Amino acid sequence: MMNKNQKTAMLQAAGAAGEIEGRSLWRDARIRLFRNKAAVGSMIILAIITLMAIFAPLLSPFEYDQIDWGYIQEGPNWENGHILGTDGNGRDIFIRILYGARVSLAVGLLATAVSLVIGVTYGAVAGYFGGRIDNIMMRFVDVLYSLPFMFFVIMLMVVFGRNIFLIFVALGAVEWLTMARIVRGQTLSIRRREFIEAAHATGVSNFKIIFRHVIPNVLGPVIVYMTLTIPQVILTESFLSFLGLGVQEPLTSWGVLISEGAKVIEAATWMLIYPAIFLALTLFCFNFIGDGLRDALDPKDR
Amino acid sequence: MNAIRKKKNVPILSVRDLKVHFSLPGKGFFGAERQLKAVDGIDFDLYPGETLGIVGESGCGKSTLGRAILQLIPPTDGQVVWLGRDIVGAPHREMQPLRRDLQIIFQDPLASLNPRMTIGEIIAEPLVTHKSELGKDEIKARVKRMMARVGLLPQMINRYPHEFSGGQCQRIGIARAMILEPKLIICDEPVSALDVSIQAQIVNLLQELQREFDLSMIFISHDLSIVRHICHRILVLYLGNLMELADRDSIYANPKHPYTKALISAVPIPDPEIERTKERIVLTGDLPSPINPPSGCVFRTRCPFAKDVCATDVPTVDTVNDHHQVACHFHERM
Repeated sequence: MMNKNQKTAMLQAAGAAGEIEGRSLWRDARIRLFRNKAAVGSMIILAIITLMAIFAPLLSPFEYDQIDWGYIQEGPNWENGHILGTDGNGRDIFIRILYGARVSLAVGLLATAVSLVIGVTYGAVAGYFGGRIDNIMMRFVDVLYSLPFMFFVIMLMVVFGRNIFLIFVALGAVEWLTMARIVRGQTLSIRRREFIEAAHATGVSNFKIIFRHVIPNVLGPVIVYMTLTIPQVILTESFLSFLGLGVQEPLTSWGVLISEGAKVIEAATWMLIYPAIFLALTLFCFNFIGDGLRDALDPKDR
Repeated sequence: MNAIRKKKNVPILSVRDLKVHFSLPGKGFFGAERQLKAVDGIDFDLYPGETLGIVGESGCGKSTLGRAILQLIPPTDGQVVWLGRDIVGAPHREMQPLRRDLQIIFQDPLASLNPRMTIGEIIAEPLVTHKSELGKDEIKARVKRMMARVGLLPQMINRYPHEFSGGQCQRIGIARAMILEPKLIICDEPVSALDVSIQAQIVNLLQELQREFDLSMIFISHDLSIVRHICHRILVLYLGNLMELADRDSIYANPKHPYTKALISAVPIPDPEIERTKERIVLTGDLPSPINPPSGCVFRTRCPFAKDVCATDVPTVDTVNDHHQVACHFHERM
């Protein structure tokens, strides 16, 4: 007994001596993410691409819709300033890639963010409450799934007129469905775990259980799916633009540039290669960041 | 044990005719809905500072009973009277302040801790939920004090559950349950996932905490030796029904129910001479399905003393004496 008291006293003394700050998963994750070299490198590259897109007009002597009659579909040439060549209309590829980055990055990030917020919340709520609520919520998702995407986009265009933001809405509105299904499945397996029951016994509200206990534990698959969604959204946007529902000439996006380049791959490889390099680089960066995030958010992986 | 009851005559918790039935879909497409009677009419009282052991084989409804008391599983019928108030079916808002005094410790120490939270956050969660007015620093100070109290180094506040051993995880679970200084802790097989040397440490810790905070405990277990060590009274459960409820010494010295006799005779005695010569009652057969329990006395299918009357009449819970209740037609002859 004496021994026990001494031990407790020692433990208390030790606790008082070493004052340590309390940390949370998010702080730990940030520290670990910044220790991941691939993720940090990717963030730097993405930041550079983003800055280039924002300050595009300062980086090139040409306008994105300016036709240079002397150089129609010419290869890269440092002397005339078209460093990545020109397209079939004599417009500078480099400046068009930077303007395209604005659209593609915005679509990729916004649509993914929308799908993330709606999908994770919706899926977690459906899976957590289960039973009838789950049934109704997921049947609603099934109904939306069965709606043809093109039909949906055309309806939006008819009602709201042609607008680039509608593309964000349309893509986000479709992408969250899969996310909701993934999260619901994960939540179903988590909600029966004992730590959820412990939180119940403590009297934590359902809302807080979902956000404090359920969602942090489903983040692994969510982040993986998110890194897959970004390229998918960027490519879907180019498909919509190809059909005349997305961005309109002379504005452009990476998807449009690539599909134009693919048509003339034999005559003008630079029209395909350079936009493709930017897209590939961006997607690599998102994947590395996604990997880094997933590892950083898993406390077991240190 | 009697002293406890004489000192404080008012029970802190009274359970009356508690039933937990689960409905299952019927067999086939048109089959009628079936009832699984996990807990089927349990009565008992718990007094302040007392430890009540609930024993029985797996699947007999021990854990369900514990969870039904805490309203984690809604009871089908009956009353759970906590400090003079029936809490069955109480809405969330009314239940919330009561949860401060009612806590639970789980069987699997690691599974009961959120793998994505630091143990500092885990132990602080009850405080953050119920006493957020304390402020960050005070909560942290209390968490550290409690960690030291249960034998964890307060420096480990930023570690994650997977970095701890089973015994340490159980200490974290105990710290989380104790941080609000509750009046009742339900221990759902708290030591059965640990190895024997750690079991002793955890059991001793629970006993120390009980003395220090004047806790009432419900100790669910299938390990009769530990139950004997820690509990004042023991409730024997079989297929969701109460078989025997008595003071520890009374039940071990003089079990009245054939099921209790069989359980106690199965406890190994660390003396080969006695172990070899002692009389053992071996039960044959398996636990019947709680979906389709035997008629009359639920234990009759495995009871070595069963007579015709056992198949027709459900035995009532008879009071043998002040501190011994038993549900058997023939308990006088046992």
